Amino acid sequence: MPDCSLRVWRGDQDGGAFADYTLASQEGEVVLDVIHRIQATEAPDLACRWNCKAGKCGSCSAEINGRPGLLCMTRMDTLPEGPVTVAPMRAFPILRDLVTDVSFNYEVAKTVPPFAPPPAPPEGYRMQQIDIERSQEFRKCIECFLCQDVCHVVRDHEENKTTYAGPRFFIRFAELEMHPLDTNDRRELLHHKAGLGMCNITKCCTEVCPEHIKITDNAIIPLKERVVDASFDPVGWLGRKIRRRTKLTPEQAAAGRPEQITTVWETVPAPTAEPVVAGPRDGEDATETTAGSE
Amino acid sequence: MATDYESHTYDVIVIGAGGAGLRAAIEAHQRGLRTALVCKSLLGKAHTVMAEGGVAAAMGHVYAEDNWKVHFRDTMRGGKYLNNWRMAQLHAQEAPDRVFELEAWGALFDRTPDGRITQRDFGGHRYARLAHVGDRTGLEMIRTLQQKAVSLDIDVFMECKILQLLSDTDGRVSGAVGYWRPSGEFITFSAKAVVLATGSIGKSWQFTSNSWESTGDGHAMAIWAGADVIEMESVQFHPTGMVWPLSVRGLLVTEGVRGDGGVLRNSEGSRFMFDYVAPMFRAETAETEEEADRWYDDHTDNRRTPDLLPRDEVARAINTEVKAGRGTPHGGVYLDIASRRPAEYIRRRLPSMYHQFMELAGVDITTTAMEVGPTCHYMMGGVRVDGDTEAATVPGLFAAGEVAGGMHGANRLGGNSLSDLLVFGRRAGLGAADYAEARSGVPTLQDAEVETVIARSLEPLGREQGENPYEVHRDLQETMQTLVGIIRKGPELEKALVKLGELSARVDNLSVSGGRAYNPGWNLATDLPAMLTTSTAVAQGALARKESRGGHTREDYPDADPELGKVNFVQHQRDHRGPGQPIDIGPEPIPEMPPELRELLEEGH
Repeated sequence: MPDCSLRVWRGDQDGGAFADYTLASQEGEVVLDVIHRIQATEAPDLACRWNCKAGKCGSCSAEINGRPGLLCMTRMDTLPEGPVTVAPMRAFPILRDLVTDVSFNYEVAKTVPPFAPPPAPPEGYRMQQIDIERSQEFRKCIECFLCQDVCHVVRDHEENKTTYAGPRFFIRFAELEMHPLDTNDRRELLHHKAGLGMCNITKCCTEVCPEHIKITDNAIIPLKERVVDASFDPVGWLGRKIRRRTKLTPEQAAAGRPEQITTVWETVPAPTAEPVVAGPRDGEDATETTAGSE
Repeated sequence: MATDYESHTYDVIVIGAGGAGLRAAIEAHQRGLRTALVCKSLLGKAHTVMAEGGVAAAMGHVYAEDNWKVHFRDTMRGGKYLNNWRMAQLHAQEAPDRVFELEAWGALFDRTPDGRITQRDFGGHRYARLAHVGDRTGLEMIRTLQQKAVSLDIDVFMECKILQLLSDTDGRVSGAVGYWRPSGEFITFSAKAVVLATGSIGKSWQFTSNSWESTGDGHAMAIWAGADVIEMESVQFHPTGMVWPLSVRGLLVTEGVRGDGGVLRNSEGSRFMFDYVAPMFRAETAETEEEADRWYDDHTDNRRTPDLLPRDEVARAINTEVKAGRGTPHGGVYLDIASRRPAEYIRRRLPSMYHQFMELAGVDITTTAMEVGPTCHYMMGGVRVDGDTEAATVPGLFAAGEVAGGMHGANRLGGNSLSDLLVFGRRAGLGAADYAEARSGVPTLQDAEVETVIARSLEPLGREQGENPYEVHRDLQETMQTLVGIIRKGPELEKALVKLGELSARVDNLSVSGGRAYNPGWNLATDLPAMLTTSTAVAQGALARKESRGGHTREDYPDADPELGKVNFVQHQRDHRGPGQPIDIGPEPIPEMPPELRELLEEGH
């Protein structure tokens, strides 16, 4: 078989350059195989993260010919002829060669309010398959962080990382928000701390997801709708003045079937720093609306 | 000159962050003890993530007749009675609670029509018993545990490789020493109790379903600390790994393919498994293809297809067919579901298998038969522990998950590993917490011991002319694959031990280039001593057990020996400890099973 050549980025936080390696091709190889053969011969210290080599752990994320992907699931024979460029993910600081510091993601993970179910009834929780499938889609995530890497909000804007959780965590939020048993409400957090509004739905994250999760359509857009409902909707604005809980408290959920729970209304003082609130749109008359937002 | 290192003090440290390690850390932390979780990779990447089929727990959601007693009996039968019966009992009793607990922590298992957790059939389990999420159950489990640990704010040391356990002057395990992989800087932990949850040893074989992490660190560190290990000869070869392309040889093809209708054929198109039904399974196995095919839809009036015999039986049969010249062009057999089930059904039931073959082999499993062969998959043997507390035989040390031995005997049933992680991860966390609470004072490490370990790990970096760690690793894999593989012979095992001795000398003479920061060559050099120690123990165990039982098959002793069925082979280092030192081996009787458990084995089998 003919030779294959790889241009691999070598270096650390102080800088680096691409190094060229040419090897005999082997049938059926993925890019990670070629990296391993380079390690075993020419460059034993070539740094590259990997674990399962089966597309299940999400460790070997990199940019192959400029496109974010998993090294273990990209076959050499699917790439165009000529040298294959392999570079580390650009959105994260470089540790060495192809290995980046992805600790940003682990820090964001700590800020997500955890799953909060009601106490289990004696016979165990009951959920219908159809009701859990939305959350199950997001739980396919292998945390390869390619969606974070490709997202232009942080890819070229390091400063946004303090106010933006990124697509991986939007699906985590969505998974929890859509979980039939969850009682936490994360919409305020999504709006003000996680920067959901900064996503302008270019769908790059969906395109690179190796698990084919419809991140934008199935998670981000529905979350945006929920946040808009809670924050910008004129009825929602009214609702905040006379707050209505749209999620169950654990006590309520434990108390019995949903239809037995009465809506809890309580008056809350207006927040001192009122977030931007859209007024009624032209041609609409908010006073005609009488029902709650749900 | 001594190398600098940072030091940390905890009550409990857990080494390894797969299912067992995470579960142990959660338990110890919830008991209020200062707990650290230390792992070689990023959090959430451990090998648990690759588990597919499900977690076995007798919840009785699909068959109300199921209960812990039946699960216990299935586990003991599957393990050919070499199991630690106390562990098999606790495992069967507690697995349902551990699954419900995961659900309360956010796991979303697939449901029954009435909204409960559904359960699937698997080899060796009498009833449908595996709670699952499609064919990605391991991912669901590790992510749930990871998210629970994060919500508890447990201290996690990621990409931190532990080199060796440390003891105080009284011989109690009191901590560990290792290094940060990103920087290469050294680190010590002082701890009142240490939990090993380091997983498997499979990376010493050429064709394995295991990831690079499975280098037997915990097995070896326990041996070096003077702890007993048992049943090291019991290695499970999964019958169906990919055989082509070479780059993915060994990658797992789930048993679910056969559960959902796939059958094994040789190059002549024959369903050869009908020729390999051992006497003990004849009564429950179909005799004709027609009966086997009817069984999928009607379990009551038909017997099970021989394609779903226990893993050890199927792996041996495939091996025999290939050796007899009836293999595929790439040295496997055919696993055919394409001609037996509609394409839509295959894609829905086996989504990750479909993608795995499509993307890695260019094979569409809805139209083409897969080529499969045995692959090194699971280590039944490991650290000898007390069934209730998971305490090892040296004080201060605990072990859970694949690194612990006994639970699965000579052969593990599919689905029992994920439940093992949960049940014994929790118990190890409790055991370590109890021990740490009872231990007074701050454990003191011995500086000289720390410095010795660090100096030895740095030797390959300072050596100009020496062995390439990648070449030594490749030769080790070839040795274990060819001489200590699925079918073993006395003379070959003796030859393997000689070769392992030679490899051990080469490990003492490794040379790597580059620095300490994220240097995979150096990382491999620090993994190799553990791989040599565990491989030696496996070969010694295999030589000592002069019979065939479960995952251990001796061509020169093809039958099970009832006398050897009453003993465990125990290995340990007593006087001279550490990498390269000899390991003693000898049989010890398995404790007598109480009559109430023994009755369960006899009842209605």
